[in-house]
Amino acid sequence: MTRHTFAVHVEDKPGVLNRVASLFRRRAFNIESLTVGHTETEGVSRMTIVVDTDTNGARRLEANLYKLVNVLRVTDLTAEAVVARELTLVRVAANHETRIQVMQLVDTFRARVVDMTTDSLIIEATGTEEKIDGLMGVLEPYGVLEMVRTGRVAMSRGLQGKVRGPNGDDVTSPETDDNVSHSV
Amino acid sequence: MGQIRTGAQILWESLVREGVSTVFGYPGGAILPAYDALLEYPIHHVLVRHEQGATHMADGFARASGEVGVAIATSGPGATNMVTGIATAMLDSSPIVCITGQVGSKLIGSDAFQETDVTGVTLPITKHNYLVSDVAEVASTVHEAFYVARSGRPGPVLVDITKDAQQSSTEFVWDSSPVQLPGYRPELRVSDAEYAQAVELINGSKRPVVFAGHGVMLSGAVDLVREFAERANIPIAMTLLGIGSFPALHPLNLGMMGMHGEAWVNQAIQEADLLLAFGMRFDDRVTGNIRTYAPNARKIHVDIDPAEFNKNVLVDVTLAGDLANVLRDLLPQVDRGDRSDWLTAIGEMKGDSAVRDVQNLPDTGHLYAAHVINDIWRLTDGKAVVVTDVGQHQMWEAQYYHHQEPRSLITSGGLGTMGFALPAAIGAKLARPDAEVWVVVGDGGFQMTMCELATIAQEKIKLNVAIINNGYLGMVRQWQEFFYERRYAATPLLSPDFAKLADAFGLRSATVSRRQDVEPTIEMARAESGAVVMDFRVEQEDTVYPMVPAGADLDAMIRRPSPSPIVETADD
Repeated sequence: MTRHTFAVHVEDKPGVLNRVASLFRRRAFNIESLTVGHTETEGVSRMTIVVDTDTNGARRLEANLYKLVNVLRVTDLTAEAVVARELTLVRVAANHETRIQVMQLVDTFRARVVDMTTDSLIIEATGTEEKIDGLMGVLEPYGVLEMVRTGRVAMSRGLQGKVRGPNGDDVTSPETDDNVSHSV
Repeated sequence: MGQIRTGAQILWESLVREGVSTVFGYPGGAILPAYDALLEYPIHHVLVRHEQGATHMADGFARASGEVGVAIATSGPGATNMVTGIATAMLDSSPIVCITGQVGSKLIGSDAFQETDVTGVTLPITKHNYLVSDVAEVASTVHEAFYVARSGRPGPVLVDITKDAQQSSTEFVWDSSPVQLPGYRPELRVSDAEYAQAVELINGSKRPVVFAGHGVMLSGAVDLVREFAERANIPIAMTLLGIGSFPALHPLNLGMMGMHGEAWVNQAIQEADLLLAFGMRFDDRVTGNIRTYAPNARKIHVDIDPAEFNKNVLVDVTLAGDLANVLRDLLPQVDRGDRSDWLTAIGEMKGDSAVRDVQNLPDTGHLYAAHVINDIWRLTDGKAVVVTDVGQHQMWEAQYYHHQEPRSLITSGGLGTMGFALPAAIGAKLARPDAEVWVVVGDGGFQMTMCELATIAQEKIKLNVAIINNGYLGMVRQWQEFFYERRYAATPLLSPDFAKLADAFGLRSATVSRRQDVEPTIEMARAESGAVVMDFRVEQEDTVYPMVPAGADLDAMIRRPSPSPIVETADD
């Protein structure tokens, strides 16, 4: 069993999320995370779905997803080089004594403070799941009051098909991401 | 410029343009506007007695004809009553379109009278479904629904239309051009490399077996499968739904495989070096224990639905595509094979069980289901369309009625829906009015949908209904006998006098409990112009042999005891 990440392009129609989620339940696959949002094309939504399964399971899942009439394209990103990120908001306890320490941790993780009260901070962090896990680990001792994570979104790296910009320019960029390393 | 029409009129206009002449339905509040408009259109509406019946009739219509069957119902309970029939069609890949009325779009979500989220309820049991709340979308949705139902791997499609969409008006524009769905790919192509792998395995095989499933008929590949088998001299085993796809009396036919397949069929599978699965899905009733299944065989799986590959059985080569197209490409590359050693070996496995003939057995007066089915087969010259229900009689029919023609056995395979036979037969008869249609049904399943006798009477439909009445829910009783120490919990079954029941509906009837009365009764029924209900009182604790217990190795069968219940002896 490995974690498989699928990018699923679907028609932006009512009930499509339900159809996709229902398929996972019906075929006894367990969704670890599912995110959905608009894409560069109007009328097309993109889901990033993370699921724990083996290679054969991933292939069958892909075939089953294609059977949904509203599913346009399924890409198993697992074996590809991808940029994968999630976003988290964390409310952490921080009073005048601990605030500076927490903010230093935030800096180290290239996260940022987006709200502050006398006894707490809200921290926004973006990165891989491992980075977010790492951040949570160091914040834990200060008292995590509330936390929300978006789940993974992912995109293939580099020149896997030319990407066209709004003017039709080739905007494909082989340049690597500055957030590759998350270890402190 | 099209003419202004209501959504209700557009619905019927669209159905007419899809070639629909018969629909099966039941009216109600939310579908009333559609029913009001029905009178203006050349469509024969069959009033069912329960909406489950409507879906089975549409299903039977589709299976008998290969065309899309149509069922119609109101919202709420009308629609939920369709669920069993839709699930039946889904598991057996039968193309039906179900039209349901829905409460007005402004009431959706308010728990209005007879409101049910029918697209939600049927989501996992339809190939696709639609909620139409805009009159402008009625025509295009119906067009799309028929296309989705019949293309690729066929299946049920539900169209839920709100009452206001039926009532409001718009210009009727019919776009008959092919449907373009950006995410729907019913046609797939096999690569040359995949063909090459398959051809190498086929030409190199010494002990191959072809599996013919329902897909053979759905794809229209019956002649090609026969050509393939004859060219390469490969014997054919059939799934329950594959019966009819290859002539039963053809020398290369092995018969039905699986749980109640004959021993030599399953033994041949276990000894095969190559399995060619054509339009079948390795259901658990076919494979038995997966771990010990066909241990020496390489496997080639041809199916139009790639989601079936490596689902139950891991295979070596997958060919994703329409079976007829795949076979057309494969045939010229397949060597003419001899394989007489293999066919001889299978012949030896058959032994004398192959010549067992129910008809030649001594008559001790006991009436067995096999006698009834064998006589129906003999007297109809094997040319009837037989619609079976689910249970022991279904397996006996599969064993003793030798189907020569495609679409001549109609039965609920995947879902195993009791109550299927009677309504499905109504649909089959309306699809093929010239065919002789027989219903073979148990006393249990018959009572689930026997209200449709009223439909038969009202529509004056000619059917021959053979109730195999053993006073038990026989297949469940058999499992209790084998696996639950004969503790017959809830399987003894009291039935009404079926002959009197038929009389009440104004139908001809007969009750038969002696073997010598079987033949004259069958002849009487065939000669009768109206429907006849025959109550065959058969041996109560008869058993379907052979049997592979669920999950057991395919060749670990419970064989017919000797003397078997069928092979009667003088002192039986």
